[in-house]
Amino acid sequence: MSGYLNIRNLSVSLRGGGPILRSVTLDVAAGQVHGLVGESGAGKSMIGKAVLGTLPRALQITAGEIWLDGQDLLKLSPGQRRHRIGATTALIPQDPLTALNPSRRIGPQITRRLVDILGWTKAAAEARALELLAEVDIPDPRRVMRTYPHELSGGMRQRILIASAFAAEPKLIIADEPTTALDVTVQKQILRLIAEMQARHGTALLFVTHDLGVVSKVCDSLSVLYAGKIVENARMRRFFMHPIHPYSAALLAATPTYTNPQGSLMPVPESVIETVEQEVTAHDRRWGRR
Amino acid sequence: MMYQIRDLHLSLPDMTRKPLLGPAPRINILNGLSFDVPQGAVLGIVGGSGSGKSTLGRAMLRLLEPTSGSITFDGIDITHQREAELRSMRRRFQMIFQDPMSSLNPRRRVGGIIAGPLKLHGFDNPRARVDEALDMVGLPRSFASRYPHELSGGQRQRVGIARAIALRPDFILADEIVSGLDVSSQAQVLNLLEELVRELGLTLAFISHDLSVIRRLCSRIVVLHQGKIVEEAETAALFDAPQAEYTRELMRAIPLPDPDQVWI
Amino acid sequence: MRDARSELTRPIGVRLWLSGGWLMLLACAAIFAPWIAPQDPLAQDLFLGRMPPFWENGSEAGFWLGTDSLGRDVLSRILYGARLAMIVALVAGTLTCLIGASLGLIAGFYRGWPDRIISRFVDIWMAFPPVLFAILLIAVLGTGLTSIIIAIVIIDWTRFARVIRAEALSQSAMDYVASAQVAGRARFGTMLTEILPNVLPTIVALLTLEMGIAVIVEAILSFVNLSISTDSPTWGGMIAEGRISVHQAWWVLVFPLITLFLTVLSFSQLGEGLKDRFDPVLR
Repeated sequence: MSGYLNIRNLSVSLRGGGPILRSVTLDVAAGQVHGLVGESGAGKSMIGKAVLGTLPRALQITAGEIWLDGQDLLKLSPGQRRHRIGATTALIPQDPLTALNPSRRIGPQITRRLVDILGWTKAAAEARALELLAEVDIPDPRRVMRTYPHELSGGMRQRILIASAFAAEPKLIIADEPTTALDVTVQKQILRLIAEMQARHGTALLFVTHDLGVVSKVCDSLSVLYAGKIVENARMRRFFMHPIHPYSAALLAATPTYTNPQGSLMPVPESVIETVEQEVTAHDRRWGRR
Repeated sequence: MMYQIRDLHLSLPDMTRKPLLGPAPRINILNGLSFDVPQGAVLGIVGGSGSGKSTLGRAMLRLLEPTSGSITFDGIDITHQREAELRSMRRRFQMIFQDPMSSLNPRRRVGGIIAGPLKLHGFDNPRARVDEALDMVGLPRSFASRYPHELSGGQRQRVGIARAIALRPDFILADEIVSGLDVSSQAQVLNLLEELVRELGLTLAFISHDLSVIRRLCSRIVVLHQGKIVEEAETAALFDAPQAEYTRELMRAIPLPDPDQVWI
Repeated sequence: MRDARSELTRPIGVRLWLSGGWLMLLACAAIFAPWIAPQDPLAQDLFLGRMPPFWENGSEAGFWLGTDSLGRDVLSRILYGARLAMIVALVAGTLTCLIGASLGLIAGFYRGWPDRIISRFVDIWMAFPPVLFAILLIAVLGTGLTSIIIAIVIIDWTRFARVIRAEALSQSAMDYVASAQVAGRARFGTMLTEILPNVLPTIVALLTLEMGIAVIVEAILSFVNLSISTDSPTWGGMIAEGRISVHQAWWVLVFPLITLFLTVLSFSQLGEGLKDRFDPVLR
C-alpha cells in the first residue's frame, strides 16, 4: 500500500439503521491533495470524521480499515488511536466562526494544543504561533494573538484556523468545506494560502468540498461520492478531461461556469440517477445493509 | 418601467456601537443607487457579502424603508408608503427567499403555506390554485399535506417559488435562491424559474453572489460593491469586457471546473 | 438522494405516559374525592390520633395511610387536598400563561416601545424576592383561594413574558415572517398565524411547568398558614403539621410530601413529553 492515508472498504451506518458510507476505498499520498466531492448527504464529511474519530454518536463503523502511515487505526485501542490522530492529523473546519471559542483570545487557542497535547513549553508554543500567523499573512501577529475572534473578519478567522492546523506539523490535514462560508474573492485568497502551506509543509490533505471548481484548483486527485458510495476515484486532470462515470459527467455538466453560459447548469438526468441508484442497491444486496 | 430607483440611500442603526444614552450611530448600507428594471426584464444584481445586495432587494419590496431617494413601482412611488397602503399592492411584487427552511413556516403544511397569501388577497378557490401552483413548479399535488422539514432543499425552494407565483405577481425578487442548494438542484431550480418567467411574462430581479448563475439567467446585470453600483451593463457586454476593476476581480476569483484556467 | 436520517423514528415517551397517568389519577381524586375518600377529612377523633399506615403494627382498619395527631385520616386529607392543588394549578397556571405569554409575544414581535415598557416591568418585577412578594400580597389581599391565584399570577407572569419574548424575537427574524409581510398580511395577523404556532410548544412546556410551580407556591403559602382557611385540607398545611410530629408519626409528613413531589415532577415531565411528542419539527 502506498500513500499516507489508505481507507479500505470503510462502511459506516446509523446505529440500528441504514448505511451512511458504503465500502469506501481511497488513498491519499504523502504531500498530495485529495478531493472528496458529492452533494449534501452523500457522506463526504463523514469520511473525514471517521478518520478523525469524531463521528456523531448515532453512527458506527461497521467494517473496513483506516490505515494511517502503515497502521490500521481501527485495530488500536481508543486511547492509542486518539493519541496517534492527535500527533499526526489536524482539521480545518468549515465554519470559522463557531470553530473558535468566542470567549478566549486567539493566542491561547493556537498554542493550547501544542502545550497541552504535545508538551511544548509556553514560550516555544508562542514563538511558533507568531511564526505561523506571519506565514498565513496576518498583519501584526503580536496584536492579533491578543484579540478575540469577534474582532476579526471571516477571512482572518479562517487564516487563523489554517495556522492552527499547521501548528504541530501534522502529516495529514482534513479540510471540511473550508471556504464554503466565504466570499469568492476571499475564497480565492484562502485556497491559495492552503495550497501554499500544503506544498511548503509537504502535508497530505483530504479536501472535502461540493464545488468542482475548487477541486480543479487545489486537488491532485479526487473521489466522487453518491449516497456514501464512491462512484469514481480519479486523477484530477483526467477527471475533468474524461470523467468515466456518467454521474461524474452529469455533476460536471451541472456545475455553473460563467464562460460557457449555454453548456453549463444541466440538471442531472433521471437516467444517470437511476444508474447510480442501481449500483448502490447492488452494493447493498451484495454486502447486506451492514 | 416596472421599477425606477433613483439615488437610493439606506442606513440602519448600528446597535453594537450604541452609546448608553442617545441614538445608535447609523451605518450607510446603500449609497445612492439609481437604476431601472424594465417590464419583462431579468435583471441580475451581483455583489459580495456586505455589498448591500440583499438590503437593496428588501428595500425594493419595502420590507425596509429607504432613508432617502425614491423607489417607483409601475408608476407608483412606494418609497415611504405606509404598510396599510402597501398591503393591497403587495400581491404584485413577490419574493423568493435565500433560505427555504427559514422562509417556510415549519409548523404549517405546504398547502397552507401557498394558500395563506391567496386567501389574504381574496382569490377564489385557493385549493385549486395551490394544486395548479404545485403543478407549475413540478411538485406532486400530494405535497400539499407535507411539512417543510419533510422536503429536500430543492423541493423546499420549489415551494417558495410556488408561493410567489400563485399570486400571479408582476414582479419577483429572487434573493440568492440557489446558493444553499446542491449543483444538481441548482440547475433544476434555475431552469424552472427561467421557464416560469417566460411563460408568465414576469419581471425578475435575481440577486446572487455567483456570476456563473447570473450569466445563465439574466439579460442585464448590476454589480454592487460597498453599497454603490460599480457597473451596469448587458450580460454579454459585461462578460466580454468588464469595465469596473471590482467586476474583473470578482470574475477572476471564480474557480471554474477547468484545470487549465489560470487562477492562482 | 437517499437519506438514511429519514429512517429514524422517534420513540414514544415513557415519561409522557407516567406523568400523564399520575396527573389523571390526581384529577380523578380531586373530582371524586367525596365519593372515594374513606373518611371525612375533617373528622377529628383524639382516640384515633397518630395511627400508623396499614402495614404497621397498631394500624386501624379504614385508615390506610394512618392518621394525624388529631385523628384525621391522612389519605382522605390528601385526596381532598388534591382538589385545591388542582384548581390552583389549572386556574393560576392558565391565567399566568395567558397574561405572561401575550405580553411576551407582543414585546418580542412588535419590539419598539411596547417591548421597552414590558421589559422594564419584567426587570422591576424580577427584583422582588418571589416568596416574600407572595406573602406580602396575601397579607394585603387576605387569605383565600382567589387571593392565592391572584398572587401566583402577579408573581409569575414574568417567567412567561421573558421566555416567550426571547422566542418571539428570534422567530421574528426568520424569513417566513418577512414572507408573510411580502404576502401583505397585517402585523397582528402575522403574530397570530406565523409566530404563535412556533412558540406554542414552548408555551405548553412552560404552562405545565407553571402548574407545578403553582402547586408548590400554594403549598408554601399553606405551610406558612397563609392559604385558605385552616380547616380545609391542603398538602402544604399537612406538611406543616406533619413536620411538628415527624419523630412520632412520620407518615403525616411523608405521604403529602411524596404526593407533592410526584405532582410537581409530573407537571414538568408532561410538558417536556408533550413537546417531544407533538412537535412536527425534528430539531
